Amino acid sequence: MKQAPTDPAIIQGLVERIAEELSPMVSSGAPIAFVAIRKGGEILAGRLVELLEERTNIRVPLGVLDITLYRDDITRRRIYEVKATDIPFDVSSQDIVLVDDVIQTGRSARAAIDHIMDLGRPRRIYLVVLFDRGGRELPIQPDITGMKVDLPEDRTIKIEVDDRGAISGLIMGGVK
Amino acid sequence: MEWSRKDLVSIAELSAEEILTVLDVSATFKEINRREIKKVPTLRGKTVVLLFYEPSTRTRLSFELAAKRLSADTVALSVSGSSFLKGETIMDAAMNVMAMIPDCIVIRYPYAGLPARLARELSCSVINAGDGAHEHPTQALLDLCSMRERFGRLAGLHVAMVGDIAHSRVARSNVYALKKVGARVSVVAPKTLLPQDISTWGVEVWHEFDPVVKDADVLMMLRVQKERMDEQCFPDEREYAHFYGLDRRRVDMMKPGAVIMHPGPVNRGVEITHEAADGSRSIILNQVENGVAVRMALLYLCLGGSADDR
Repeated sequence: MKQAPTDPAIIQGLVERIAEELSPMVSSGAPIAFVAIRKGGEILAGRLVELLEERTNIRVPLGVLDITLYRDDITRRRIYEVKATDIPFDVSSQDIVLVDDVIQTGRSARAAIDHIMDLGRPRRIYLVVLFDRGGRELPIQPDITGMKVDLPEDRTIKIEVDDRGAISGLIMGGVK
Repeated sequence: MEWSRKDLVSIAELSAEEILTVLDVSATFKEINRREIKKVPTLRGKTVVLLFYEPSTRTRLSFELAAKRLSADTVALSVSGSSFLKGETIMDAAMNVMAMIPDCIVIRYPYAGLPARLARELSCSVINAGDGAHEHPTQALLDLCSMRERFGRLAGLHVAMVGDIAHSRVARSNVYALKKVGARVSVVAPKTLLPQDISTWGVEVWHEFDPVVKDADVLMMLRVQKERMDEQCFPDEREYAHFYGLDRRRVDMMKPGAVIMHPGPVNRGVEITHEAADGSRSIILNQVENGVAVRMALLYLCLGGSADDR
């Protein structure tokens, strides 16, 4: 396990490596679409769509999930803000690449999988994350991981973007 | 986002921010209602009891669908078919329902004030589905939701409510809500259908309909409550329709973009003609659709945090 990088060049390098790994899946011609978990996943997935288009000339469709209503702690936490899910394609009968910036307990991924299943029956769901910080509470593992990082329990991280929407670093937060 | 209530008793007690929170959340829930699988697991394991002491089709169905689409379990009790007519007091009935540990009671009652009392005395959430001539807060919220959806704003809109203002809880809740969010409100009615304290409401009062028709962005036609005719509030339906009904002639006078609303049930030929109710300016069915989303939003907001949090 490593410390989370703060240098934008390193983070961009990780994103490029993920794109490299996804590239054969995209160019194989099988139906594939990205579904990002709001909000961190959206930034990462947007960048992956661009990188993959440069490599394969194929623009992968991208949808966004809001998992608030699928969380298992909704009645224990005061989360009131809920945004719309926006999936502009049918998830049925295609490969879905679920994208999030960070995985920890696995509960967000579980909620996202349940949400996707309510929208249709994908052929397969892959999970891609930029950072895996350990601490799983469910038997869910990403298929592609940018980097495994070591973080104190009470720290949060999320991707930072510049004015043009490019990933420019990481925000290290305090107590969750 | 602003919300820390377990209950919704009245619009009067809400802030403008709270009203806008409900509208924002409703917009999200509307999308769920258009999915093929119209259900999210958010309120799984919660129980919502619908207690209706007055006839209702739309509101009850709307609440029930809202609860079910959030995965809550619902039980609906109406006065006929229950033992509530056997002389039990309403508070006894409420305590009995409470003993079965529901998470939310949705109540409609023919007299004002009961939802507020239940909210105070019961630990579960209480949502007012209409109490006497007092308030019908969810109707006002779905009306505002429909207006904002159509116009993209509420502040500065000119909304005219036409008809039985005196006995209408819909009118009262709408006036409170619209004023809080900065809309301009007119009421149009004969003196016999206006409350005595109308001058304190802060609205423009009209006895003639035509001048308002030309200027309003929204014409909200209220249902003529035929039982009120016995009280001699107006002579007959034909005369009412002539002076206060929305017909083709008046529809043609409306501003470009102006819309027609009605909380239902519609008395066709009295307060509104077929042409007006079914024409391109009518957003009556949008109101009904938004009703489910608004009630989902309220159940989510009121039940979304545990009792320990509050």
